Amino acid sequence: MHQMTLAEIARGLKDKTFSSVELTESLLARIAQLDPQLNSFITVTADLAREQAKAADARRAAGESGALLGAPIGHKDLFCTHGVLTSCGSKILTGFKAPYDATVVDKLAAAGSVTLGKLNMDEFAMGSANESSHYGAVKNPWDLTRVPGGSSGGSAAAVAARLLPAATGTDTGGSIRQPAALTNLTGIKPTYGRVSRWGMIAYASSLDQGGPLARTAEDCALMLQAMAGFDPKDSTSVDQPVDDYLAALSQPLAGLRIGLPKEYFGAGLDSRIADAVLAVVEELKKLGATVKDISLPNMQHAIPAYYVIAPAEASSNLSRFDGVRFGYRCENPVNLEDLYKRSRGEGFGAEVKRRIMVGTYALSAGYYDAYYIKAQQIRRLIKNDFVAAFNDVDLILGPTTPNPAWKLGEKSADPVSAYLEDIYTITANLAGIPGLSMPAGFVDGLPVGVQLLAPYFQEGRLLNVAHQYQQVSDWHTRAPAGF
Amino acid sequence: MQWETVIGLEIHAQLSTQSKIFSGSATTFGAEPNTQASLIDLGMPGTLPVLNAEAVRMACKFGLAIDAYIAPKNIFARKNYFYPDLPKGYQTSQMDDPIVGKGHLDITLEDGTVKRIGITRAHLEEDAGKSLHEDFHGMSGIDLNRAGTPLLEIVSEPDIRSAKEAVAYVKAIHALVRYLGICDGNMAEGSLRCDCNVSVRPKGQAEFGTRAEIKNVNSFRFIEKAINHEVQRQIELIEDGGKVVQETRLYDPNKDQTRSMRSKEEANDYRYFPCPDLLPVVIEQSFLDEVRGQLPELPTQKRERFESQFGLSTYDASVLSASRELADYFEAVEKTCGDAKLAANWVMGELSSLLNKDNLEIEQSPVSAEQLGGMILRIKDNTISGKIAKMVFEAMAEGSGESADAIIEAKGLKQVTDSGAIEKMLDEVLAANAEQVEQYRASDEAKRGKMFGFFVGQAMKASKGKANPGQVNELLKKKLEG
Amino acid sequence: MALERSDVEKIAHLARLGLSEGEIPQTTATLNSILGLVDAMQAVDTSGIEPLAHPLEATQRLRADAVTEQNQRDAYQAVAPAVESGLFLVPKVIE
Repeated sequence: MHQMTLAEIARGLKDKTFSSVELTESLLARIAQLDPQLNSFITVTADLAREQAKAADARRAAGESGALLGAPIGHKDLFCTHGVLTSCGSKILTGFKAPYDATVVDKLAAAGSVTLGKLNMDEFAMGSANESSHYGAVKNPWDLTRVPGGSSGGSAAAVAARLLPAATGTDTGGSIRQPAALTNLTGIKPTYGRVSRWGMIAYASSLDQGGPLARTAEDCALMLQAMAGFDPKDSTSVDQPVDDYLAALSQPLAGLRIGLPKEYFGAGLDSRIADAVLAVVEELKKLGATVKDISLPNMQHAIPAYYVIAPAEASSNLSRFDGVRFGYRCENPVNLEDLYKRSRGEGFGAEVKRRIMVGTYALSAGYYDAYYIKAQQIRRLIKNDFVAAFNDVDLILGPTTPNPAWKLGEKSADPVSAYLEDIYTITANLAGIPGLSMPAGFVDGLPVGVQLLAPYFQEGRLLNVAHQYQQVSDWHTRAPAGF
Repeated sequence: MQWETVIGLEIHAQLSTQSKIFSGSATTFGAEPNTQASLIDLGMPGTLPVLNAEAVRMACKFGLAIDAYIAPKNIFARKNYFYPDLPKGYQTSQMDDPIVGKGHLDITLEDGTVKRIGITRAHLEEDAGKSLHEDFHGMSGIDLNRAGTPLLEIVSEPDIRSAKEAVAYVKAIHALVRYLGICDGNMAEGSLRCDCNVSVRPKGQAEFGTRAEIKNVNSFRFIEKAINHEVQRQIELIEDGGKVVQETRLYDPNKDQTRSMRSKEEANDYRYFPCPDLLPVVIEQSFLDEVRGQLPELPTQKRERFESQFGLSTYDASVLSASRELADYFEAVEKTCGDAKLAANWVMGELSSLLNKDNLEIEQSPVSAEQLGGMILRIKDNTISGKIAKMVFEAMAEGSGESADAIIEAKGLKQVTDSGAIEKMLDEVLAANAEQVEQYRASDEAKRGKMFGFFVGQAMKASKGKANPGQVNELLKKKLEG
Repeated sequence: MALERSDVEKIAHLARLGLSEGEIPQTTATLNSILGLVDAMQAVDTSGIEPLAHPLEATQRLRADAVTEQNQRDAYQAVAPAVESGLFLVPKVIE
């Protein structure tokens, strides 16, 4: 049962081959059995899941239908879930049972999905290895000594290990696409503003975007269809109709113009990943695509710009965690300053503190122009690169990551080395364009991903190309041994 | 040495919207603690702001009223600092691109001169909550009902030169925001609060002195006292060889002192940056045209009209236009009696003292504009004298609602204008004071002038004030000159 | 522009992050290596480029002025560390 994709589950539920309650029980048992190896869940919401599954079965019996009605999913633990611990992987949110639901949680619940739990993540989504969680590192099901990627590492590990068919994630600099690549999944970061951020605890507001991780492009389409849409509660949400992603999947690729940016294939890229990516390009050509070499000349500046903008926004976004109205408060504060400093000093982990300090510094008097304004100017240059490139091509393609999954602990001593792993993904966040990662093969038995980038609001195109590729390839069907 | 005072004011006006600037919570004053604090106001993780359209409209109204530049694109920024009444750890405000840019406001000084005060900018921001310091086992209690209430912060140029000017300016802003209906102006409830930037410099010096900021002064009287105190403190400090330090001070009305606020002094690096949860606010010209079309007649326009239409002095016109309600009252009196000067005198004189004495607003006046106008009509047609009018007014002030005519009738206060009757009464008065008449007739011009008043007094007394004073004067003179 | 210990202490204070004595040297070194990465940006010519704060360059939508929230104090304060009489308690605020 656990090997089924969301689309297969939808058919099974529709045909009454099994009920949502049966499927939910089976996956809950599987989580209990296997997750101790992975640590992908922070909270398993068994009671809620059983209740929702029963309700979904009842809705179906009453004649309702819907692709997600009765489908089990999990939420990255930064989506607020009413009455359920929402931790952001941080000690500072100890005991924080959110008093409301995120819009994404609401929408997926309304579609009839069943929440099995809250998934582990890098603390406040800061990381690309899922090692910074207060609730412990998550392991990659393809090799338990390796990281699953981050920050949506719990989502990726749980879906890759077939504990869930799909999960929500968020992507601020690659946090959906990179773990998807490292665990053989398909994941999409939509256009900034396509998915509501209401109830999605912010890391960097102008970069954060929610999206799904699943095993196929088709499943991502099913999830995104339910997640996307205008939300009056989010000022940055875009008031524009959502495309029919499922309908887009079957479009032929004939005439598709793909750009290969030379900067994505330069130094630092594992040549075996380059080969895997180029092999995907060959397949797409067979499907009718044409290929063009392009350049995104400012890509190299993306990491410095990102590591100013994201920490700057984070330093302010995370000020509300002060031990006053919710979450962790230090023992016996002697005065107000002590309350703040110890609650935050004890409540935040090392990586979060580092980024808060970098951001605080970048915004402080005398440095604002040199850091923050400069980074925003580079941000425009990066956006301009994409706008120019999309005049000539429909899609940009390259590797998702320069390397496959690394060993747990390998990069923890040197945060900068981990930052460099974001090189291919963060440009999409800075420009706000949609990006998708899909399985492209294996290097030393470890999955690697290919990334597709499209102009604003062309999520349908990304899912279409990925789906068409997945019709002629089988990387995405492979499961890690033991799962 | 001669010193000159330089003052700039920052006025925080709470906008009278129904809901908060970024959330749908009510803004009602005085609710139970934290019952008007929504997820957004509490800064709950994951919550996001959406801007209140009415706050934007009100800011634009103000901008148009002070003839200011209104930014077609204005931006919200975050001002970062930690304080328990600031739930998000930042205040959403405007820094580089405020909604209202440079404008000005004319104030009328006591001597009737009009002075133009520059307004640097006015920007939208959210109010903070309140810390309550009653002893909760040595802790403070935080109430976030006020957090997120929309504020318009109005920043003046350092154009103000005395505490009196400062008060006149705050009164003018107070009048304006109430005319515009964008702020209730209730200073006791904190709807209008004032920070005063005060410095002194030797007369003639071009550079400004170092300024101190007096925070949150909450009444007209305290503004005057706090500034006067602070000016004195600075002058004494400098004359004793000391230096003014740039700092935030608090005015203590009980001790009539300002004192340094150490807690807010240190390390205020606010790290402003554009709020990434809010997008640039675009103000279309068509929207401004619409708002302009809805503006009421403003205090300055009203003052100028009162001067030209009614021939009032600048000072009187400015007093009468200080609030929309007072101006409306005055105009209603004028309309009834057709005499603007008498109307102005009565409204600013007897009526004002009456209201002051009982601490009443003009809307609560026991004497209606129609009653007062009706009474003035009787002065004009000589039915009563000014003196008698005061008695009539006192009777009306008791609030029975009776018209002046009814009171005059009931109390028999009608003025005597029949010259026969007056002459008869005068003859009696002169006969009773034959000795003084002798003296009068023997005196020179200068002395006679003084003595004349005595006879008038006796005559009015004899007539119980009802004799027409003009006639009394005229006839009396004739009779005495013999 | 390498940060020194005193800079790190100042930044930590601004951000109200308690750092132990032992954490400061390591934090200083790591922050300097991050800033080293970031400083590569200074070589880019950005003269005349307008900063980009939001990717889509959209404009703010306005909300109608209506009260849509009801009192939910009890539910919201259920997650608070210390409340009394409906107030959030903090160590004494000194002005």
